[in-house]
Formats: sequence, structure tokens, C-alpha cells
Amino acid sequence: MSEGGAPLARTPLWSRHVDAGAKLVPFAGFEMPVSYRSIAEEHRAVRARAGLFDVSHMGELRVRGPGALELAQALFTNDLAGAPEGRVRYGLLCLEDGGVVDDVTLYRTGPGEVLFCVNASNIAADREWFHTTRARMHSRAEIVDESEATGLLALQGPAALPLVAKLLPAGERPPRPWHFAPTRLGDLPVLLSRTGYTGEDGVEIFVDAGRAGALWDLLRDAGGDGVVPAGLGARDTLRTEAALPLYGHELDRAHDPIEAGLERFVALDRPFTGAPALRARVQAGPRRRLLGLVLEGRAVARPGFPIATELGDGVVTSGTFGPTVDRSIALGYAPAGLWAGARARVEIRGKPVPCEVVATPFYRRKKG
Amino acid sequence: MADHEYDIPDDCQYTESDEWVRVDGAIVRVGITDYAQSELNDIVFVELPERGRQIERGEAFGVVESVKAVSDLLAPIAGEISEVHSGLSEHPEWLNEDPYGRGWIIALTPEDMESLDGLMSAAEYRAHVKARSGK
Repeated sequence: MSEGGAPLARTPLWSRHVDAGAKLVPFAGFEMPVSYRSIAEEHRAVRARAGLFDVSHMGELRVRGPGALELAQALFTNDLAGAPEGRVRYGLLCLEDGGVVDDVTLYRTGPGEVLFCVNASNIAADREWFHTTRARMHSRAEIVDESEATGLLALQGPAALPLVAKLLPAGERPPRPWHFAPTRLGDLPVLLSRTGYTGEDGVEIFVDAGRAGALWDLLRDAGGDGVVPAGLGARDTLRTEAALPLYGHELDRAHDPIEAGLERFVALDRPFTGAPALRARVQAGPRRRLLGLVLEGRAVARPGFPIATELGDGVVTSGTFGPTVDRSIALGYAPAGLWAGARARVEIRGKPVPCEVVATPFYRRKKG
Repeated sequence: MADHEYDIPDDCQYTESDEWVRVDGAIVRVGITDYAQSELNDIVFVELPERGRQIERGEAFGVVESVKAVSDLLAPIAGEISEVHSGLSEHPEWLNEDPYGRGWIIALTPEDMESLDGLMSAAEYRAHVKARSGK
């Protein structure tokens, strides 16, 4: 299989996916499992028990050496000073005009060092953006692309933390939410992060590519029936219910984080690229806003479908039938000023389907 | 499920676009194949046509949506839609669970029974699936 003739990359877990009978599809230059059996079953397993995802296609860019923190802060919209060692922060990489280069998580791995976890589709563009910014700042910081050497697994769902706790060295506890720690699971050295992309509690686990297979086996064996391999299909329905943005859908270089409703990840008083433009955007008020929509009926609003509202037209960026919320849900941009309860219509194959603007997320986990 | 061969019953005929047709007296029933439902994954919505509509061979008469994709339903032969499986509105998952049984979509009164001769046999369809999926 290939896309545009370019050969597809494989993650270190590729043969496990094949053995498990996964349906593999091209995604961001990788041959990735979209599902093993049923997207909805995998989705529900994550909400009820735990799902194990291979997300090794994602990129890891380390910034270290002299001036590393200054370079990282120039790249990253969130506040680095407020992220001491062991903290993870979500934020954006922005252009001068505020357009989004990527959305990333930043790991403060050392006093003067950070690790960015970036979208697979943006690894090359991010690396280039890092180097452009480095040159502009006359920085001597070192930028290391560790993507190929790094495996990344996500274990998500209510059973995830109890399972991880069992595998940690005696006396160690899993990190708190939005924290991470270097540790071991079984005898495998990992970087264990209390983060995820599903709306459930869980962890993301960085591991040397050469040990990713052993970690996958360890988690599956230790989890038994409670841990279900889950593919990109379920990852997408889960993140859509949780209204988490996906780069290339809700975010791109033509949209800024304010329009996307991500103000809380933008520290406007910090010296990052795009800050002046975003301050102006906040002051003037954004022209359009990312909205959540719940549609009548079961037809699915696909990206690009037109939205009609009383304030003007918009466009769908993501849509699915949410297996947990049991409704047809969508995210999309529409003129700013619409509030939860407003009526709108999505045009699906030429037919206007009524929908309602709702507060997001569509799904919120009950905290136990 | 991707780890076994697709179910392709011998008592049906097939289209290149993955619909099946089964003769049932003077009418034919139409649905989508096991391969089609497996490719689509979990089906969440079926847009059904009106009863009584005349359709031409190859004409889109409905839509099947899954969480990941949308696909037109194409008429295997010309005829009049004599029955519509309205239960699918509430239970689109029947297309996944039982594509050749409870997952039937419409019944057609063919314009001409001989038009069925233009469809693929089970053996031909199996080769058509294999060429695309490798199994």
C-alpha cells in the first residue's frame, strides 16, 4: 500500500497489528491500524475498561543545550515557566499571524531541556519551523528529532491506571494528571505520562522503539480481557466525543487558537511567536468560532459540509456518530456569537439537517 | 473481522460495487456484502429510498454511513422498489451483524429477470474481492 507512490513507514508494532488481524490504512505516511474488529467496540472498551493504542507514528523533538528554554518558549504558546521538571503542557506552535503550525505536548524533561511530542503529519514541518526560529533568534540550542527511535503507546480508560500501578516498581505510584516520570514497567525503561486523547483517564508511554513490542505484549498480557487493542478509528471517535481538536481538521495554518477555543493554552503575556497577533485577535474578538453541534437523526456530518446559522455560514471540520453519546455530533467553524441552544443546519448531500449548538465536550467522564 | 475469509453465499449474485441480489419468487432482495460491511466498519445510518420508486441499473438508491465512511447504494438491476427494510432506520448495525439476512435493504420487482444474467456469480465475486483485499 502506498500514498502517492511514497512507501509507507511502519511503526515498531506493525507485525503485532498484522497478527491481531487489524485493518491497516495509510495515515500521515505510516501504515496504521484503523481498527482490529469494530471501531464502536474498541471505543466502548476504552470508555468501560481500557484500550491500548499504538501511536508510535507521532513525533518527538527534543530541544536542549544553551538557550533551549528560550527557543522552546519562543515556539510554544503556553507558559513554560509554569511547567517545572516532570510537568506536561499542551499548547500550540504558531506563525507570526497566529495561524497554527501544530498542536503539541511539551515535556519539561530537565532544568534546561524539553521534549515536544508532535503530530505525525507535521514532524518535518515542525522540525523546519524549529530551525527557522532557531536561526532567527541566533540560538545555539540543539534540536534532536527522536521520532524514529521512539515508540509511543497509549493505554486509556478506567482500567488503565490500576493496571499501570501493578506494573510499576514496588512503592512507586503513577504520575498525577499532566505529570510524567521516567520509570519502569515490568523491566522495561519508559517515560510514563498521565495524558491522553480520549476523554478518559490513562497514560501515554514513551519507550525505545526496540522495546515497543515487549511493552505492547506486557500490557496485553497483564491486562487480559480488560485491555483491548484499539485503532485510529476509535481514537478519532473518542477524541471527537471529548471535543479534542485534530490538526488538519480543527487546526491549521489558516486558523488560530483563539478561534479554536484554545485560549487557556495561550499565555498571551509570554514571548512566543504569534503573541502580538493573538493579543490583537482577543481584543477585537474572533470573527469565527469552533462550535459543537448535535444533529437530528443519524446521518453523519463530514468535514467540509456547509453549516447554515442565523449569523451566517460555516463549515464542518469533524463529525461522527458518537458510540457513547449515541448521537450524530460534529465540530465546525461558524460566525462568532452563537451560543449553546442556537439552532443551525448542516447540509448533508444536499439536504439541510437540523442541529443544535451545544457546549463541548459532547462526552465528559464522571470522575470517581 | 479481517482474519477470516469473507462470507459470499452461493445463492446470491453480486455487483462490482459490493451489493448482493437474491431471487425470492417474483422479486429480488438487495443488500451489501460481508466484504462491504467489513470495509465500512460499524454502520450507523442507512438512508432508505421511497417504496414504489423506479430505479435504473447503477442508480444510487440510498446511502450507508459508518463512523469512518459513507457509501452510495447502487441498484444492481432496473426495477421498482417494492419493499424497503424500514427496521434498518433503528438498527443500522444489522448490516454488520447479518448482511445477507436481517441486513437486507430493499426488495425490487425487476423490469426483466434476465437482467440478472449481467451480475457476478459467487465465484466471480470472490475473485473480485480477492483482487482488492488479498483474501
